[in-house]
Amino acid sequence: MRYLVGEAMTGGYGDADILHDCTIGVDEGEIAVVVGPNGAGKSTAMKAVFGMLELRSGRVLMNGEDITALKPQERVRKGMGFVPQTNNVFPSLTVLENLEMGAFVRADDVTDTLSQVLELFPVLKEKADQPAGELSGGQRQQVAVGRALMTQPKVLMLDEPTAGVSPIVMDELFDRIIEVARTGIAILMVEQNAKQALHIADKGFVLVQGRNRYTDTGQALLADNDVRKAFLGG
Amino acid sequence: MFSQSTHPFLEKKRIPVLFGIMAVLFVIVGQLQSWNLSLAILNLCLISAIMTLGANIQWGYAGIVNFGIMGFAALGGLAGVLVSMPPVQAGWQAGGMGLLGGGVIIVLTSVLAVFVWGRIKHITRWRYWMMTAVILSGYLVMRAIVDPAVEAIESIESAKAGHIGGLNLPILVSWVVGGIFAAGAAYVIGRISLGLRSDYLAIATLGISEIVIYVLKNEDWLARGVKNVNGLPRPVPYEIDLQAELWVINLASRLDTDVPEMSSIIVKLTYAGLFTIVLLMLFWLFETALRSPWGRMMRAIRDNEVAANAMGKHVTAKHLQVFVLGSAVIGLAGAMLTTLDGQFTPASYLPLRFTFLIWIMVIVGGSGNNFGSILGGFVIWFFWIESEPLGLWLMDVITAPLSETSALRGHLLASAAHMRLMTMGLIMLLMLRFAPQGLIPETKR
Amino acid sequence: MDSLNALVVIANFVVVPGLAYGSQLALGALGVTMVYSVLRFSNFAHGELMSFGAMITVLMTWWLQEQNIGLGVLPTALIALPVAMLMTIFLALATDKVVFSYYRQKRSESVTYLIVSVGVMFTFGGLIRFIIGPADRVFTDGQRFLLKARAFKKMTGLNEGLAIKTTQGVTIIVAVIVVALIFWFLNKTKTGKSMRAYSDNEDLALLSGINPERVVMITWIITGALAALAGTLYGLDKSYKPFTYLSLLLPIFASAIVGGVGNPVGAIIGGYVIAFSELFITFAYKKVATYMLPGAWAPEGLVQLLSTDYKIAVSFVILLVVLLIRPTGLFAGKTI
Repeated sequence: MRYLVGEAMTGGYGDADILHDCTIGVDEGEIAVVVGPNGAGKSTAMKAVFGMLELRSGRVLMNGEDITALKPQERVRKGMGFVPQTNNVFPSLTVLENLEMGAFVRADDVTDTLSQVLELFPVLKEKADQPAGELSGGQRQQVAVGRALMTQPKVLMLDEPTAGVSPIVMDELFDRIIEVARTGIAILMVEQNAKQALHIADKGFVLVQGRNRYTDTGQALLADNDVRKAFLGG
Repeated sequence: MFSQSTHPFLEKKRIPVLFGIMAVLFVIVGQLQSWNLSLAILNLCLISAIMTLGANIQWGYAGIVNFGIMGFAALGGLAGVLVSMPPVQAGWQAGGMGLLGGGVIIVLTSVLAVFVWGRIKHITRWRYWMMTAVILSGYLVMRAIVDPAVEAIESIESAKAGHIGGLNLPILVSWVVGGIFAAGAAYVIGRISLGLRSDYLAIATLGISEIVIYVLKNEDWLARGVKNVNGLPRPVPYEIDLQAELWVINLASRLDTDVPEMSSIIVKLTYAGLFTIVLLMLFWLFETALRSPWGRMMRAIRDNEVAANAMGKHVTAKHLQVFVLGSAVIGLAGAMLTTLDGQFTPASYLPLRFTFLIWIMVIVGGSGNNFGSILGGFVIWFFWIESEPLGLWLMDVITAPLSETSALRGHLLASAAHMRLMTMGLIMLLMLRFAPQGLIPETKR
Repeated sequence: MDSLNALVVIANFVVVPGLAYGSQLALGALGVTMVYSVLRFSNFAHGELMSFGAMITVLMTWWLQEQNIGLGVLPTALIALPVAMLMTIFLALATDKVVFSYYRQKRSESVTYLIVSVGVMFTFGGLIRFIIGPADRVFTDGQRFLLKARAFKKMTGLNEGLAIKTTQGVTIIVAVIVVALIFWFLNKTKTGKSMRAYSDNEDLALLSGINPERVVMITWIITGALAALAGTLYGLDKSYKPFTYLSLLLPIFASAIVGGVGNPVGAIIGGYVIAFSELFITFAYKKVATYMLPGAWAPEGLVQLLSTDYKIAVSFVILLVVLLIRPTGLFAGKTI
């Protein structure tokens, strides 16, 4: 039994279903990556797990508990962190304030979490008093991830964290993500850069037209000839 | 309240029924208060309806938020003065050249400014300062020429003239000229501000209309400013002449009213006739426009600007057309109002009365529907006038249990006159909430 | 000596009144900006909200004066002010509950709010005239001047006097304190930060567990308090007349837009920019020029760019110029 799983999810926006019997999931301390061609429903699957999409059938389980009916905010309180693909920081707030807002729902002392996050992303310590909107794309993604970590989530969901950043920054971001996973957090992410992402993935889901096509470990998928040819550019 | 799902029969009969009720209200006022009052209200209802048609073509057809209705109406009113009053020859002799010179300077400065702007646009740092310098020096030269001229004009018979007068043409001509004035202003304003977001456009047009009124109030040489221009020529006979006519006297005795009352009613009826002709013409024009491909495109743009833009429609150009057309109609109505009043009083132009009240008419009548606009103009103006006596009566009934000398009763009765602002606000809020389509909703074509 | 006299003339007729008027505009613009950045519409009822607050102050002041309660040299209105702020906050919250919240649920477009706020403007205007009537009301009491022109002349030996009205002093001091409080709230408290976060990125604020209804409520509380304050200070300085608050709306919008709508620092600077432009452009420089220029050059006319009749029109012109050249304002707007 996985820690977080979206089981046999079917649904979409309006009448047309985008997801068909789609299953994705992740375990604690593990990185799971959802890849696939454009329009495969990767982000939709992610949103469905986070409760931003109504499911016609299927369910979402977290630690064995059925959370299908919960709103996104309630899932945050249950220990889910979500980093949207775009508009994922408060641009006029400073980096520090962004992190504080991440911990808005917490009533306890957040200084420990804050120093952990700043340790994980040293660049944020340097830029702590700068408005997040003035940072570079990669730094902003770190703020976004850091903000989501402030609630001390058990699962962190990332929607294309490397969209629009340079390859060097991408590598650095992946390094950070691995470090986050090592602290015991389950990481479920959607990635456009399939090859690089599968390299760091414990688990990989290849989606095509809203259906699971291949599901295996990251290494196995990379080694699979069919997958390589069809989805990873040879 | 007036949901779309009412009985189809009612739906079909809604327009005649609502206008029928309106007519009954006029009869009631005529019987209970006086026919003179009833007709006075009717005339202003007609003018309001025309203004509302103009505002509706902007908001209802195209979704343009024009909060500058007051300014366009005032420009129409100014046309009334400039067209119909006799020219003040002495004024022209004293300051005409100065004014013309000032006008030339303004044109030259504008041309120069546009030219210079073209040259310096790429210099990012100092361009605004340089533009300011150009415009400011042009302005100072203009003032140097115009100031003495204005002083000379204003000193000529300042008790009754003190301005340049007009062209001594029939005042009906000013209805057209008023429309042209407003259209010209709308063209300039539209060119520079229609690209703005709706709330900025609202604020900008409100600001411009205030500036128009400030100019009219303070530039005495033009139309005497706050000293007002009285005694504009009329397109209809004068009461005093009518009272000498035999048929009027006969009619009065047959209808059992006195002669002055009868003459006044005849005058008002003549105005009502003129206004009705204009209203019907505009209504026909707008209905035709609404059914035409042009009208369909306009609504398509309103409902989805992005898509219309993507389909290659020049949204801004179409918006400009509608803005100019609607403003021209408002200017026309403004000239009609000045004609009816027989005087031009810049200080009477207040945004509450001339901009926001017209908006209430559009909303209540039903934006996007010309029948609705006319009805809205009628209903709202009727209650704007009648809410005072109604409020007083209501207060009297409510406070009847209080003693005659009660301070609260006195205060409430004295304040009843102010009920109308609140009534209008509440009507508008209730309509927006429960019947946002208005009394006569837009028909889907 | 002459240049000192010239400076005093400017200080007396431009700087002191400009600071007071600028503070009033700044407080008004701050309210408009708060509503804009959180509720995302331009509130045309803000002028009437200010008027309502001022009206409560007037009524309270009259009652206090009857009871012989006062502040000595300071205007009695200062005691009445907290009550007025509370009442105005109540009115703002009630209006939100009854009127605006419905459109929030429907996720209406901002232009709908704009038109709705016109309806609210009418209703408030009627309510105010119904309660207090349309007449001009003077409710200033206490000592009239902090510094009298004659005392200043005697003190300095200059020809020109500098007078500071008590109401001007009170306006400036109160404005400084309140603005400091607002900025402390927005930048240092968790609630204030959550408001800025909500204004920045509504969706992310929701994901972070920030309660939008609470943010909206606090926004109206601050807006109501600011409106009562700005309205009262304006009324104290000039006089209270319900009619003037609608015409005050445009300079206030101008201040907010010039500074960048949604930017509180901008709103405050915008307030002073508008106030000083109005005064500098309509100021008659004759006296200053007479002091500064050699005798023979002394000007005959008033040396005025624009007649004082156009004072408020200046703010509209600035508003238009800013809207056309740089609609985001001097300090890029849309954040609190």
